[in-house]
Amino acid sequence: MLNPISLAFKKAKNEKRPALLTYTVAGDSSKKQSLEILKAISNYADILEVGVPHNTPVADGGQIQTSSYRAIKNGIKMNDIFKIVKDFKTSKNSKPIILMGYYNMIFQYGENNFLKKCKKSGVNGLIVVDLPWPENKIFSKKCKKNSINFIQLLSPTTSNERLKSITKDSHDMIYYISMLSTTGGKLKVSPNKILANYNKIKKINPNKNCVIGFGITEKTISKFKNTDGLVVGSQICKEITRSLNNRQNPVINVSKMVSKLRKKIS
Amino acid sequence: MKLKKGIPVIDQGDKLGFWGGKFGGNFVPETLKKPIEDLEIQFNKLKNDKNFIRERDKYFKNWIGTPTRFIKLNNLTKHVGGAQIWSKVVSDANGGAHKIYNATVHCLLAKRSGKKVIIGDTGAGYAGKMLSMAAKKFGLKCKIFMGAKDIKRQQPNVKAMKKNGADVIPVYSGSQTLVDAVSECMRFWVANCDTTAMCVGSTVGPAIFVRICGWSTSQISRELKVQLINQFGKVPKKIKLYNCVGGGSSSFGFWNEFMDYDKKQVEFIGVEAGGPAKSKRHAAPLTYGSKIGILHGAAQYVNQDSDGQIEETESISAGLDYPGISPLHCFLKDTKRARYTAASDEEALKAYQIVTKYENLRPSLEPSHAFSVAIKEAKKFSKNTIVIINSCGDAYKDRGILEKKLGKKYVKSN
Ligand SMILES: Cc1ncc(COP(=O)(O)O)c(C=O)c1O
Repeated sequence: MLNPISLAFKKAKNEKRPALLTYTVAGDSSKKQSLEILKAISNYADILEVGVPHNTPVADGGQIQTSSYRAIKNGIKMNDIFKIVKDFKTSKNSKPIILMGYYNMIFQYGENNFLKKCKKSGVNGLIVVDLPWPENKIFSKKCKKNSINFIQLLSPTTSNERLKSITKDSHDMIYYISMLSTTGGKLKVSPNKILANYNKIKKINPNKNCVIGFGITEKTISKFKNTDGLVVGSQICKEITRSLNNRQNPVINVSKMVSKLRKKIS
Repeated sequence: MKLKKGIPVIDQGDKLGFWGGKFGGNFVPETLKKPIEDLEIQFNKLKNDKNFIRERDKYFKNWIGTPTRFIKLNNLTKHVGGAQIWSKVVSDANGGAHKIYNATVHCLLAKRSGKKVIIGDTGAGYAGKMLSMAAKKFGLKCKIFMGAKDIKRQQPNVKAMKKNGADVIPVYSGSQTLVDAVSECMRFWVANCDTTAMCVGSTVGPAIFVRICGWSTSQISRELKVQLINQFGKVPKKIKLYNCVGGGSSSFGFWNEFMDYDKKQVEFIGVEAGGPAKSKRHAAPLTYGSKIGILHGAAQYVNQDSDGQIEETESISAGLDYPGISPLHCFLKDTKRARYTAASDEEALKAYQIVTKYENLRPSLEPSHAFSVAIKEAKKFSKNTIVIINSCGDAYKDRGILEKKLGKKYVKSN
């Protein structure tokens, strides 16, 4: 049986489009609202990345930092995040969930406890921004044992040799960082160049679902239609901030945005 | 966990960069793996390259000005009544603090690798000021990340950076201090590592930065060892080396050459920032038993909550105001080679008053923390104990704070 993440990719492939992955921060702008946002966007997105906010992020740009600080200020704790995931997963029309964050949050929870809790609440995958290969070898094996996808990251600076080793150790999905940038940067590399790198990765192992993230927005997303999946994060976080500033409902606005994103790649 | 003899501590990490199997490492985004590996290869080669060492020593001697003085504080010794009190006046170095050694080495490395831009973090402003000086000297463009709160409280150094042509980029996130400046600097590097070199301002960050910085500041103890032998004919029987500890670069450099001595002969005392006496906040993770966590790419003892969010610190001294601590010091603590304690804001100010009253020496607020503990302990020691404090920064940068806290007369000269 395919795991829910692979299944989501397969479904998108059957519809001849890339899977749409969204990133929102747990607890932004409140626990309740972030859950509502997840429920609303799961009508259009295939896989939902849920950011675990951290206050010393070394790879996040301004938009995601703003969302994270907002969530932390509102008191979000690790256990609240698991609760949000669980509530979401028991709602109708739920989608696979990937938690994305920094290793210290896992380390403090205890790797084993963390994975137990992930399983219990229905987390399907993990992206740990600052736990690169080979440092992540042991933890990623633990994830696999617990049927949780550990998602390896690749970037334009990754050497060919590393690409091969990392792909070999990866699970069902890999994440290609499109360019040298924190999250939320403007796309500063041509789509063709990004796609060339993407194809290089696919050649190493065509069976791995490879998604592209960083710099993907309403403006750029349609240039990457021939891929396995695309991640949009900062633009959504920015939309939440904009809605709050304009005293509008972020749930409605974000849901509209994700629906548009989906249309652009369908 | 064991400290090995005969091997530099910076080279005692394992293959993944962990000291004692658990401190340090490389908790970095994938994008930084390559530039970090490049820097590792470059540094591992150059640190044993005679030409490179010669070049380094040339700049250390002619430009930084080595050796810095090693002086007896006769009046203070008399006043305290106990051990002999000496100081290694590292603030003699060009620019006024030990941060110049690391900045110079990083610029030399950046030059050799063909980088045109160098970026760095700063708290007290010394790391930034020194990097701006070295960048200017070696023809590199320079960007300094600095917390908005620190920009306000360390204006003299900010002015110096700008005068040297550096871009000073204020950081408004989080507590707007050093921790946020380092995060922002690392983020900038993630986005620009193909063209830009990064200098981390202390013995913190991914393992290679810890090593380069420790290697650079070790100049301090190399000089001191020679000076001790010149002065006493040999390394005396009972020495106590007091040093303030923020990230840990000056203390590590002050101790490194004496690492293999028995601690009964050469004891290391690290003094962290205890913060205001009345506040629960502090910047003393080793003293107050903080748990191991990950900060800025390395595992270390760090102030954090139970979830793993990094906690805000508080200290009168911007240079010590950091929630984490070098993996090297975590290692020295757990192997019991060094002992760590803290001084409060008030104690540091008091020590500054005492030192400036009795001696012609103006330690900045950072080394004033070390003076505070040294003065207290020296009372109890015998006359043949040699207490040495690293006066690693000059108080000029603190004049605003000192004037506010102590009145005008404490800032009148320099
Ligand atoms: C004069 C001075 N001393 C000490 C420090 C603390 O850093 P470290 O522990 O790396 O020496 C600083 C940092 O800015 C400083 O400026």
